[in-house]
Amino acid sequence: MKSNTTRAVRIITGNQAAALAAKNAKVRVVAAYPITPATPVVEELSKMVETGEMKAHFILVESEHSAMAACIGASAAGSRTFTATSSHGLAYMHELLHYATNARTPVVMAVANRAIGPGWNIWADLSDSISQRDTGWMQFYCSDNQEIYDTIIMAYRIAEHRDVLLPAMVCYDGFVLSHTAMPIEITDVNDFIDEYHPVWRLDFDEPSTHGNILPPDYFMELRREVCEAHERALKVMKEVEREFYEYSGRLTPLILEEYRLEDADVAMVTMGAISSEAKIAVDELRKRGVKAGLLRLKAFRPFPKQEVVEKLGSVEKVYVFDRSVSPGFDGQLFSELKAVLWDLRSPPEVYGRIVGLGGRDVTSRVFEKAVLGELDKKWVMEVIY
Amino acid sequence: MMTGFGTPTTAQQAGQASNQDKLRELVKLPTTWCPGCGNGIILGAFLRACLKLVDNKELEMKNIVVVSGIGCSGRVTQFLKFSSVHSTHGRAIPLATGIKLANPELKVVVMMGDGDAFAIGGNHFIHAARRNIDLTAIIFNNSLYGMTGGQLSPTTQEGEKTPSSPFGNVERPFNISELAITAGATYVARWTTFHVKQLQKSIEDALSHRGFAVVEVITGCPTRTKKKPSELLKMQKNIRPLRVLKKVEDQEVEEFVSKYYRLVRELGKTGRR
Ligand SMILES: Cc1ncc(C[n+]2csc(CCOP(=O)(O)OP(=O)(O)O)c2C)c(N)n1
Ligand code: SF4
Ligand SMILES: [Mg+2]
Repeated sequence: MKSNTTRAVRIITGNQAAALAAKNAKVRVVAAYPITPATPVVEELSKMVETGEMKAHFILVESEHSAMAACIGASAAGSRTFTATSSHGLAYMHELLHYATNARTPVVMAVANRAIGPGWNIWADLSDSISQRDTGWMQFYCSDNQEIYDTIIMAYRIAEHRDVLLPAMVCYDGFVLSHTAMPIEITDVNDFIDEYHPVWRLDFDEPSTHGNILPPDYFMELRREVCEAHERALKVMKEVEREFYEYSGRLTPLILEEYRLEDADVAMVTMGAISSEAKIAVDELRKRGVKAGLLRLKAFRPFPKQEVVEKLGSVEKVYVFDRSVSPGFDGQLFSELKAVLWDLRSPPEVYGRIVGLGGRDVTSRVFEKAVLGELDKKWVMEVIY
Repeated sequence: MMTGFGTPTTAQQAGQASNQDKLRELVKLPTTWCPGCGNGIILGAFLRACLKLVDNKELEMKNIVVVSGIGCSGRVTQFLKFSSVHSTHGRAIPLATGIKLANPELKVVVMMGDGDAFAIGGNHFIHAARRNIDLTAIIFNNSLYGMTGGQLSPTTQEGEKTPSSPFGNVERPFNISELAITAGATYVARWTTFHVKQLQKSIEDALSHRGFAVVEVITGCPTRTKKKPSELLKMQKNIRPLRVLKKVEDQEVEEFVSKYYRLVRELGKTGRR
């Protein structure tokens, strides 16, 4: 830990943590459009920009589609860029999300996870960002407000790394984290993250043109480079995680977190805020003699295949809890996890449970009952207290 | 949310129902709008306009469909007891265009906020006006994004302080009615929630018009502006211009859907389709 870093504990919401992280990460351009529950991030930022507390330009746009386009433009012009959105706003950005990836503009975005309508619902559900799985963005799922702060800062280091150059979304459950205040340590990260030094940018001295036609003889190369960048990102994530630990004293996982998994027979797998309830369930189950453990995936893209296989290779049963669903198939985390475990010589039994859509409460009892075999259906509809 | 229009009550069948009773049949009260919100005045004027046209046999309730966008204004469709669709933010006009083209018999009314119609959905508004498609657009213009906390919108005046412009708006606002006129709308009127009688009359005219009809209604949001509803109404009293700003008859500029179906019929006759 660096002894001269200043730190202060503040009780703030997930949205405030995201805004402070963007400010401290030396973001210079913000472009955004309001949507519940991500709106407060943008309001905080616009306030900090207007008071001069944050040295950045704030671009008011007329939609999320324009917000992402403006972010790509600002990033291409050589600025560190940030935005925040949720649900329909993220869905509306879809076209430009692909653009940011192929253009290799390392934009970082906060996503307050919320269900997608109609059946208008503003509550927590990971469907919005999971639906953007194949856009080529890195995706991190946070489980508390400290993580939101730390991850946004680290995300810039990863996204802008010359071996990576990919955009990243830092996701957190709407309301559960976005609007809930918790004590978090705000570390001054001045020496951890420098001003943005782009690997490439629109350069007046060396004019070039971007985003042109790419015929069949080159297009696959471009896509393969994006995929290879994702693979390299895993290595960079490990380096940045360690460096941040040395700098701040906090071991904030970027890839995965395990809890009492070393000797577990049964593993639960989760993402996002429901993971804290799953931890309580692990303790309860252990009290009752069930050797349970938890694997929380922080990174969904790139998917840490190797790491997951290592962690789950020796358990007997795996229960995967998805706060999203792919209609016509299963929970997305469940499907992907099964695919990864298939490589094992004798894979564990894997079960999937769909929980908490549209903000339905997910308590520790849900996890306990699932592991005890008392919830044998795929859909967990009941709230169990 | 799609809700079928209910069957008439016995009182209605006997022709005894008072106007109040008839209004109650059309709306689910209380609404979820804040006390003092201007939106209820617009809804009232709209429903009374519909009833009047129905009484005059110019319109049938079962032929009306209301499409709304997302925003406080968009919530209007949750309070109606006849056909309605709550679409997405900015996409009310294209959705309504689909309904109208598939069933030209319907009277399709589009209710939108200023953000809905001029920020995220601005493109659709000008194209609907350019085509002169038979839709009745009622704009709930409160000059801010009510639902998300009062941030500035494309109709917020310069210098106005909002959560997204804490030191005053640096952008120039749209003049909605002028935009509608220039883009090709064939009926354009502008009123406020203070001018209820005139507003109702213009909604009647707009519903009877064939072509893209726009009624801009300046309405107050007491919650986000932290102003008293009475104060907001007083401010509205002196806004100018307020009147029917444009009215072009169907013979002069042909309406899009009829033009389209005429072409289809002609092509059918010549065997090209
Ligand atoms: C694609 C998308 N982006 C953002 C939002 C969030 N949102 C809901 S309503 C609204 C603005 C509403 O303003 P306006 O249209 O003026 O309606 P008002 O609430 O003022 O009546 C916004 C930004 C959304 N629902 N969908
Ligand atoms: S926030 Fe404003 S516009 Fe929305 S319902 Fe309340 S008063 Fe009306
Ligand atoms: Mg508005």
